[in-house]
Amino acid sequence: MTTDVLNETTNDHDSHDEHHDDHKMTGLKRWLYTTNHKDIGTLYLWFSFIMLLTGGALAMVIRAELFQPGLQIVEPDFFNQLTTVHGLIMVFGAIMPAFTGLANWMLPMMIGAPDMALPRLNNWSFWILPFAFGILISSFFMESGAPNFGWTFYAPLSTTYSNGSTAFFVFAVHIMGISSIMGAINIVVTIMNMRAPGMTYMKMPLFVWTFFITAYLLIAVMPVLAGVVTMLLTDTYFGTSFFNAAGGGDPVLFQHIFWFFGHPEVYIMILPAFGIVSTTIPAFSRKKLFGYSSMVYATSSIALLSFIVWAHHMFTTGMPLFGELFFMYCTMLIAVPTGVKVFNWVATMWRGSMTFETPMLFSLAFVILFTIGGFSGLMLAMTPVDFQYHDTYFVVAHFHYVLVTGSLFSIYAACYYWLPKWTGNMYNDSLSKWHFWCSLISVNLLFFPMHFLGLAGMPRRIPDYALQFADFNKWVSIGGFAFGLSQLIFLAVVIKCIRGGEKAPAKPWDGAEGLEWSVASPAPYHTFSTPPKVD
Amino acid sequence: MTTKEYETYYVPAQSHWPIVGAVALFFIAFGAGSYVSDLHAEQSGYGGYILIAGIALVIFMMFGWFSNVINESMSGKYSHQLDNSFRQGMSWFIFSEVMFFAAFFGALFYARTFAVPWLDGAGNNAMTGEVLWPDFTAAWPLLKTPDGTTTTAMGWYGLPLINTVLLLSSSVTAHFAHIALEQNKRPQLKIWLGITILLGLTFLFFQVEEYAHGYSEEMQLYLTSGIYGNTFYLLTGFHGMHVTLGTIMLIVMFFRVLKGHFTPESHFAFQATSWYWHFVDVVWVMLFVFVYII
Repeated sequence: MTTDVLNETTNDHDSHDEHHDDHKMTGLKRWLYTTNHKDIGTLYLWFSFIMLLTGGALAMVIRAELFQPGLQIVEPDFFNQLTTVHGLIMVFGAIMPAFTGLANWMLPMMIGAPDMALPRLNNWSFWILPFAFGILISSFFMESGAPNFGWTFYAPLSTTYSNGSTAFFVFAVHIMGISSIMGAINIVVTIMNMRAPGMTYMKMPLFVWTFFITAYLLIAVMPVLAGVVTMLLTDTYFGTSFFNAAGGGDPVLFQHIFWFFGHPEVYIMILPAFGIVSTTIPAFSRKKLFGYSSMVYATSSIALLSFIVWAHHMFTTGMPLFGELFFMYCTMLIAVPTGVKVFNWVATMWRGSMTFETPMLFSLAFVILFTIGGFSGLMLAMTPVDFQYHDTYFVVAHFHYVLVTGSLFSIYAACYYWLPKWTGNMYNDSLSKWHFWCSLISVNLLFFPMHFLGLAGMPRRIPDYALQFADFNKWVSIGGFAFGLSQLIFLAVVIKCIRGGEKAPAKPWDGAEGLEWSVASPAPYHTFSTPPKVD
Repeated sequence: MTTKEYETYYVPAQSHWPIVGAVALFFIAFGAGSYVSDLHAEQSGYGGYILIAGIALVIFMMFGWFSNVINESMSGKYSHQLDNSFRQGMSWFIFSEVMFFAAFFGALFYARTFAVPWLDGAGNNAMTGEVLWPDFTAAWPLLKTPDGTTTTAMGWYGLPLINTVLLLSSSVTAHFAHIALEQNKRPQLKIWLGITILLGLTFLFFQVEEYAHGYSEEMQLYLTSGIYGNTFYLLTGFHGMHVTLGTIMLIVMFFRVLKGHFTPESHFAFQATSWYWHFVDVVWVMLFVFVYII
């Protein structure tokens, strides 16, 4: 992609835009009926941010309860509802829709397509989500209360011992799954079928590659989730015994099926993050991404391996020894492609002309902190030691490092990187740096001591704890409140950026590459109605 | 560098059908949730009505949405590239359906290979058998569960075998219909498509017969009859639902053929229905082998 070509396409497209703008409706109807990938991307991103704050509010109550030992604020059963719904909202409501939103906004512009391949389906995928989460959250106000069996809803907690809202939970997950599968099909088809002439697979930006692979993972495993919640429904309400030994089933079967979905699911939440930092780090290092093709192969390897590691979540269930060894070694293999990625990011920065704009700060924090989360994952992958770590705060620390300082930080990096393209204005730089530094310090205060708590034996999902854990928990809670409040700074930055600010040029980052920078800022409502040519 | 000319890709203007579909799914999920909860608590509620309203709304949405698509297609707005999008979309959708069935097959294999033998003390589970279920003997089909529920197994001969023949032939007739369409032989197309639909309906009829037989006093094979009954009814039941959907799709295709839709070059909906029908057929073969025979 040479600059000349990019300039050419810019001029080309300005002429097309006027012709299209008359299609745009105004007011609520625009958002309800829209088939425009940029509108739908915006909807996804706002929805996910609202869910982030909602899930965050639940986490604040959890941390308030855990501020001191003893029961202060909430009943134990309600505490379980909080942890459950916090997890479900963050995974399915905040992180996944945020990535889908980024995919919607950026993929067509990056591959030179006029829109997503199936625009109406795209709208449907989004609008299912608010209803699904409406059902899930409304169960807090039902007589029985919200789901209280943890976001992993292990049987028999979710069958024999579940409360009355389980059916609502099951059907909410069903329609969330429909939304995810349709969204993923749309992404796959867009990438396979809508690339501009000349953009071969190995010329696609790595961001596109990671979403491509992620979408495949989604299509493969979301139906399995639908299957397992269906079995859970029939076990709970229709007398089957899939997860009940008395009828010839096995509660451990639940864990096998759930984690067959669940482990690819965690890569669904991290592979797009790899794509984002592989975009931002080269831009702010002013160098090409080191080892592009090895990045593609590493991402594919991680995706393939993700299907044969699920039982590392279940080392303590009494699997046969061969199973434990198989899943341990396969899990450790994942460190190899992941190591390739971290190496390539560092090698990209090596001797680059680096600058530290906010997207770069979040990306750097991602590389370091995600690696910490990766290393604790390696510790957990070792079967013998996992017997000590299992279901302790060490696990909580591990997955919050990869999901918060990993996935969420990468989403912030992406938002700051493309906000000028989306809004046409530069964000407020000093406010955004406040957001970064407050988040960085508080998030480590929040999650780092959890490692020690877990190693010392504090179990997860518990509203009360032994006295020796009191000091660390106090600091964790303080970190939690600070991190929660810091996210409001982001809200302020975004609102300020939408309302005005310094006008952004078409390409505000001088090291940035890609077709999306060849169109004006803010990006016109319709871009690339005729495909650009890519060399 | 390719010199291929690109046709304009049709991006539809705003559409109200997706939001209708989202509301419909909300009614279905909320209605089904309420209905199941009320059923379980043995109380009456409005869940069933909300569920039916949701299903009606989905059917309404499909009519509206698909008629939009058909009109756009008939008025020549669709390019070859867009046709490709539809085809790829449908094939990945079918792949996701395969994975849905894979979850249930996985449960079946796990129960047969691991869970049931372990309950009888296989592997390193001697004490499970000894202490928890001393009277239990592992077997498949599992006719007596650890807690003593008994049932009988559904044989593969008789109705299941007839159904296998019916469904396999229907896949062949569907293919003949497709060939007839591609060669623009409309009378043959109608006949083969009609036969496919009849075969599908007969399959469904026999499936209901089989369920009635299973639920009879003689067989006592219920959904609640332990892991064998669970996997039997959920696998064949979900398959039956897919056959029902496939038959409805075939019927819609039949009426579209009567109206003169589809050309040898452009018949995505027909092709998709045909793919779906073959998929349903393949799942049945798997079912026949792993649920009935082995």
